Amino acid sequence: MPVIRVKDLSKEYLVADKQPGLIGTFRHFFSREYTSIKAVESIGFNIDRGEIVGFIGPNGAGKTTTLKMLCGLIHPTSGVVNVSGNIPSLRKYKFLKDITLVMGQKQQLIWDLPPIDSLKVNAAVYGIPDKEASYRIQELALMLDLKEELNRPVRKLSLGQRMKAELLASLLHRPSILFLDEPTLGLDVNSQLRVRDFLYNYNQKYQATIILTSHYMADITSLCKRILVIDKGQLFYDGPLAKLTQQFSPSRLVRLEFNEQINFSLLKHYGKIIKQDNYSVKLLINRNDLPQKINNLLNNFSIRDLEIADPPIEEIISKIYSNKIE
Amino acid sequence: MLRINIILKYLRILFQFWSTSLSIELEYKLNLFVEILSTIGNLAGSLFVLSMFYTADNTLGGWPWHSSLIILGFYTLIESFTISFLQPNLSRIVKQVQNGTLDFVLLKPVNSQLWLSFRTFSPYGLPSLIVGIILIYIGLVKGNYYVNELSLIISFVMFICGLIILYSLWFLIASTSIWFVKIWNANEVLRSVLISGRYPISAYPLALRPILTFLLPVAFLTTVPAQALLGIAPFSLMMVGVTIAIVFFVFSINFWKYALKFYTSASS
Repeated sequence: MPVIRVKDLSKEYLVADKQPGLIGTFRHFFSREYTSIKAVESIGFNIDRGEIVGFIGPNGAGKTTTLKMLCGLIHPTSGVVNVSGNIPSLRKYKFLKDITLVMGQKQQLIWDLPPIDSLKVNAAVYGIPDKEASYRIQELALMLDLKEELNRPVRKLSLGQRMKAELLASLLHRPSILFLDEPTLGLDVNSQLRVRDFLYNYNQKYQATIILTSHYMADITSLCKRILVIDKGQLFYDGPLAKLTQQFSPSRLVRLEFNEQINFSLLKHYGKIIKQDNYSVKLLINRNDLPQKINNLLNNFSIRDLEIADPPIEEIISKIYSNKIE
Repeated sequence: MLRINIILKYLRILFQFWSTSLSIELEYKLNLFVEILSTIGNLAGSLFVLSMFYTADNTLGGWPWHSSLIILGFYTLIESFTISFLQPNLSRIVKQVQNGTLDFVLLKPVNSQLWLSFRTFSPYGLPSLIVGIILIYIGLVKGNYYVNELSLIISFVMFICGLIILYSLWFLIASTSIWFVKIWNANEVLRSVLISGRYPISAYPLALRPILTFLLPVAFLTTVPAQALLGIAPFSLMMVGVTIAIVFFVFSINFWKYALKFYTSASS
């Protein structure tokens, strides 16, 4: 039984076009011409309890609009959304207590006060008794590796610390469905890793369903078994990450290290050279020819080390976005 | 039983809301000091202006000095409510629509109108509260007015109606920011309208009085509660006041619900 059901979901916005310059501004003021823009166009999917789903697509593809329809912030133009048995746009308290939305670029923590004050407000808002609240704060702080930061004004925290505190505030009511919009935005690699680990642990511990958008593919590859790719408001791909790689990239990435300096032009017959160094090279080789080509390479060159991997997911995705599928 | 639980829940929320907003004010010590100075200055100014009026002529629109003090007292009480709640909260709605942080409010299991209207409490309205009560008291004592419990209660009810009318108007204008995002300082418009409530409605030209009573119900903010306190408020006028308050309030609730259907949430 899926916990999130979406069918034929669409959202259209009316946007006023404005010509540049002063004349355009006056014209815009007196008579506006509206164009209807389809932000999301009849998309559909089901998500089961406990799944972590990555939601990817270029800027302006409709990811955030979809997330906001799922959590009831904006009303769909047409279509059906059902989240744990509720219609999100009605924003029933029972539904709101079951979900959370974390946005990497907006914050709910009170800027001038320590996070602990915001947490107390949230505890009151969600009706969590004081004792229970401080227990949960301790537990989540441990998972997030937050300590004295909780008692420092938010404006004095680093971006990473702030994001962790933000997560704590968003999860205090133990929601079972998490909508995360770019939760690792702007974080350094270490903080990204921490957030990722935390999300994984939270998912395991509470069987929470997580929908995640991110521009850092590492977030997606390490957390999500299933991904949804959306482009120009339409659902483009829905399935396991591994299958996407196979489907859209028929090549594999081969990294070779040589014992001696070689003439790289000789390698052109084997595949497409992506990167070359004095003693090493990265080649894209078609999956079907792989065994044969590797064999030849080993015979013709003195090779110290060899590694075969899928090409980086970023490249595949950018290929999909630009519709230049091999 | 269930009702009591809900009331307790909201009391706890309000306590958290207001204690955090006090802590925010205390974060900036110098600002606190400056604000207190400016509040005192403001009050002294408005007293001075009123005293000037009465040195020239001893009545204002048929109201003697002492009963005008009562009107000024009610005006100061309204000011106190404005400074403590309306101004800091309702002007924030516009900002929250603009930068999309309204999202967080809408996703909380609380009445969003209540949250937006009472999220912060500014302590700078407190001096006006005290001065307002003192002004009314002085007006009553100096004017030798006798006030019984009943007129005290009626006056209080009428004053609450006045607050509700002002609040609803202000909230209505603020909620149009869902469509217009940036609304021309609604804040300022209402404030200037409000200032006309400093003086008895009868002090204004005859042509303006119906406008100040019915279109912009300023009369109900100060004049009617003062009249009720002195026991000279026409019953029909009070009934009109109560009706306007209820209608405005109910309308503001429904208008907000309607407006939210059009909320598009600032893009990330």
